[in-house]
Amino acid sequence: MNNSFPKDTCPYFNEKMETMSRTEIEVLQLERLQATVRHCMNSPFYKNRFEEIGLKPEDIKTLDDIRRIPFTTKQDLRDTYPFGMASVPLRECTRLHSSSGTTGTPTVILHTQKDLEEWAAQVARNLWMVGLRPDDVFQNSSGYGMFTGGLGFQYGAERLGMLTIPAAAGNSIRQIKFITDFGTTALHAVPSYVTRLYEVMQSMGVNPRKDTKLKVLAIGAEPHSEEQRRRIEEMMGVKAYNSFGMSEMCGPGVGFECQEQNGLHFWEDYYIVEIVDPETLEPVPDGEVGELVLTSLCREAMPLLRYRTRDLTRVLGRTCPCGRNHVRIDRMRGRSDDMMVLRGVNIFPIQIEKILMTFPELANNYLITLTTDEDNDNMTVEVELEELFTDDYRRLQNLTNRIQRALKDEILLTPHVKLLPKGTLPVSEGKAVRVVDKRTVYQ
Amino acid sequence: MNNTLKQLSIFIENKSGTLIKVLELFSKARIQIIASTIADTQDYGIYRVLCSAPCEAYTILKEHGINVQLTDVLAIAIEDEPGHAALAISALSEAEVNILYMYSFLWKGRGVLVMRTDESDKALEVIAKKDMDLLNEDDFII
Repeated sequence: MNNSFPKDTCPYFNEKMETMSRTEIEVLQLERLQATVRHCMNSPFYKNRFEEIGLKPEDIKTLDDIRRIPFTTKQDLRDTYPFGMASVPLRECTRLHSSSGTTGTPTVILHTQKDLEEWAAQVARNLWMVGLRPDDVFQNSSGYGMFTGGLGFQYGAERLGMLTIPAAAGNSIRQIKFITDFGTTALHAVPSYVTRLYEVMQSMGVNPRKDTKLKVLAIGAEPHSEEQRRRIEEMMGVKAYNSFGMSEMCGPGVGFECQEQNGLHFWEDYYIVEIVDPETLEPVPDGEVGELVLTSLCREAMPLLRYRTRDLTRVLGRTCPCGRNHVRIDRMRGRSDDMMVLRGVNIFPIQIEKILMTFPELANNYLITLTTDEDNDNMTVEVELEELFTDDYRRLQNLTNRIQRALKDEILLTPHVKLLPKGTLPVSEGKAVRVVDKRTVYQ
Repeated sequence: MNNTLKQLSIFIENKSGTLIKVLELFSKARIQIIASTIADTQDYGIYRVLCSAPCEAYTILKEHGINVQLTDVLAIAIEDEPGHAALAISALSEAEVNILYMYSFLWKGRGVLVMRTDESDKALEVIAKKDMDLLNEDDFII
């Protein structure tokens, strides 16, 4: 691995990789794909899967041959929990990240030391790309622990050589004190938290333009619209860059906006990016929305082939005035499964359903509506009353409050709960529509 | 003798078109509404109805999947003159009976106060003691 540093004036952290031509990218990708597929044969899961369909690593002769490889899904990760997907012995692994498993079996992602170093290098590349240098002070106001946004940015910012502050999430007054006392120039947080920090700054009489040295924000892990980004930039008086990551591919670092702010560069020396129709699973043309599918090319502990991310997006282009020819991907536009991401929290409708079913006063039908209200995601849960058990408003209100509290304990957000007469909600044929997403980010 | 009246409490969504569905069922069954009132919240309302055949109406509404409850309410007849409502309510108030909700209408030249209280036994005691005129179903035969 190249541990040397470019000059501060160089726009690239890894000039060779970042400025490859499309042909060079594709040559490198084929070479790395073939190596990854061979390496995957050490994983019992992939070995079986290839044998089942009679596919051999040497059958992958061109990049298009990737389409002969079956998709990997989140369910595969659950089925092989905890270590069934590993391509190296556990002895060679030095880090484990796990999802919370709110919908059942959790998932595990393993890393070797080299995986962690490559991950840090990816994050460092991103931060360098948006103008950060070793003189900068980087405050990471993201959750630590199992959430990869914490350690991912920590090691990446350190790899770049910045003074890095693991502020973690929460305690806004302390965060703002760090920003002013330590001269923080760059901050990473989920977009809704940046908005929150701004509100607290206002109440403390801190003007981010005058009283801080902030110049760059990295925001991600939560869907947000272009308007929301512009508003954050306007509030804080700095540029805000969109970050994409997912623990299955390492964490943050997979894709990041350059200073053009016209799509996220997904690093094609590390990943093969496909956009497929979520129904037919056939590739869609550039510019058309489909499901993002990623293949990791440099991972040792747990490479994943054609992993279905369930995120919906599109290819914006494969060239850029910044000199990087790595594919530009649009901000995420939603999900192809029923997972909702609200204020950075992943929620599945089944969690809501489970709680509602504990209330005998309620009928079985329900509808979840998501809206954007003053930059915040809001959830309304409409439920039908099974029997009118009272004609006293206070008792109906009490029921509403109890439902709301039980939901909050489960999903960590307080939804608006609306009681409806039985038979009010639409009954759909076949699969019921449980979620209506009216948030501006998806329009 | 039955001391209370059967009132229908109907749960409806706070949205245009929901009330008419209920009214059409009354109309079709030729059930006459004597008095009714709606209280609403932002999301839903309760439509309270005194009608000519509450039990029959209840069955019909139920059959149509409507959230409905038969609620016992008290109906006190008062003179249609200033001050009589105050007299009736102050008697209840002195006995510390709380009124959950109340509505009123004119019936055969007299005022009628319909109410649900938190302690109907105590309310009935006060009504008997003060010799107030309590109405029951027979008084509303049309």
